[in-house]
Amino acid sequence: MEQQILTLYDWVVKLSSSELIALIVVITLPLVFLIVYALVAILGELKISAFIQERLGPMRTGPWGIIQPVAEVVKLLQKEDITPDAANKPLFNMAPFLMFTAAYAGFAVIPFSSHFVPAGINLGLFYIFAMGSLAVIGLVMGGWASNNKYSLLGALRSVAQIISYEIPAAIVILSIVILASSMNLQVINANQGGWFWNWYVFGGPGTAWKIIIIPITFSMFLLYLIASLAETNRTPFDIPEGESELVAGYHTEYSGMKFAMFFFAEYANMFVVAALLSILFFGGWNSPFGDFMNGPIWGVFWFISKSFFFVFVQIWLRWTLPRLRVDQLMGVSWKVMTPIAFICFFAVGLWTMFN
Amino acid sequence: MKKYINDIWLGIYTVLLGMKITIVHLFAKNVTVQYPNKHPLEKASGDKMPMNARNRIFVDMELCNGCNGCARACPVNCITVETLKVVPGDAPPLKNGERRGLWVPVYTLDFAKCCFCGLCIDPCPTEAIKMTTEFEYSAYDRKDLFYKFSTMTDEEIKQKKELLANFQAEKAKKEAEAKKAADAAKAAAEPPKSESGELKIDNG
Repeated sequence: MEQQILTLYDWVVKLSSSELIALIVVITLPLVFLIVYALVAILGELKISAFIQERLGPMRTGPWGIIQPVAEVVKLLQKEDITPDAANKPLFNMAPFLMFTAAYAGFAVIPFSSHFVPAGINLGLFYIFAMGSLAVIGLVMGGWASNNKYSLLGALRSVAQIISYEIPAAIVILSIVILASSMNLQVINANQGGWFWNWYVFGGPGTAWKIIIIPITFSMFLLYLIASLAETNRTPFDIPEGESELVAGYHTEYSGMKFAMFFFAEYANMFVVAALLSILFFGGWNSPFGDFMNGPIWGVFWFISKSFFFVFVQIWLRWTLPRLRVDQLMGVSWKVMTPIAFICFFAVGLWTMFN
Repeated sequence: MKKYINDIWLGIYTVLLGMKITIVHLFAKNVTVQYPNKHPLEKASGDKMPMNARNRIFVDMELCNGCNGCARACPVNCITVETLKVVPGDAPPLKNGERRGLWVPVYTLDFAKCCFCGLCIDPCPTEAIKMTTEFEYSAYDRKDLFYKFSTMTDEEIKQKKELLANFQAEKAKKEAEAKKAADAAKAAAEPPKSESGELKIDNG
């Protein structure tokens, strides 16, 4: 599908009459957003965890402790950067940056607004999914190169977990591709325009007959939510870094800035999956209320608030649920989620065929 | 198959239930008091100590009946209680109107040892030992943390000891006399007793 709208890229080219500047702007904007988002998310994690436990959380750094994430980053920068003697140094040094790069690469195709997506490629969904699985390579590299039994065990667990949970996630994404008949995230977003009942979580655009498909799409949303938690190693699927068993899992041996990179990558991944959830099921940059507050600038607002809501849900779940056992984790993926995902896939296929 | 679907439903339902509980707590009032800036006993911060707060312990000697229950309950043995029997008619009753049976000349509590478990408070029959709301107390010397609660002066103790000693001596004398009298009575009454005993055996 050709897009005839004036994107941010075209606009900057027009303004500065230089493609290089436009490229730099388009590439830097998500990074700036990511850094700001990471600070907000770290503060959010601290404060939400505190409020759920009826504490106040950090209160001393700045009013209501709002500069706490900055203080934490400065602390991590100051820390000594230790590389263990027995570690495989090139791999050890590369792992955190590879993981962060994979997480940041996912931002390339995320449509922030109808007029701004860093790279509007047609295989956006495929690409973002591939980049999401690349993170596991950084994780295994870190775990293996640390030469530490806890790190290795954490890395092995996370490989098993991510491979298992990618299958239901991929099938759900394929079902959405069938519904939208496109892999371009902008097209998927544009399909869900109008009122909120056009979102794919409510069966996508269509006649009143789509009420048949709503339970299927809603369970697809739940499946992807659960699978995305597992892919980002968040509770209840945080066995790769289960403190009670594995010290800190794959990043046990890391300190200083390299640890911070793992940290950033985790938060970036959280946002990528939250953004995917909001794009695939909740209309991305579309306003829920038809033309009310709709437009390229409001689109950024809607997209970011929807994504932040899912980041909040991830944090909320973290402070609600205990960690799963390894066999339970595998059981949930293979015995429950994969069959249900296949059923959904089949149902969506039939629906699209007869519709 | 029924169990399978039921398990899935239960999994989703219990997660939602847990999420409901945590979201309620998210909007509940925080219990933290920003202590050095705000005192928990200020009006603004609720004017009451948190539940199960552990503070300085106070013993009301007007109520203490010297039962030693607190000292026995103490896991670190920081309470020492010594008692003295009361000569009948000498002591005023306790504050709650009960008869005072024991003077408490020594009641010490070593706060340097105290672990603030609060176990001494439960066994007290007269509620003499209590948690106060005072928690801002520290000392430069360890001796300052050794609290003596007994209100009796040395002279009083000496006097009460003498009184008791006199009373006991008198009592012993009386008892000895009574025993003598009883022995005499016994000796006088012995023959019929044995007879009756023999009779009983016969009867049996």
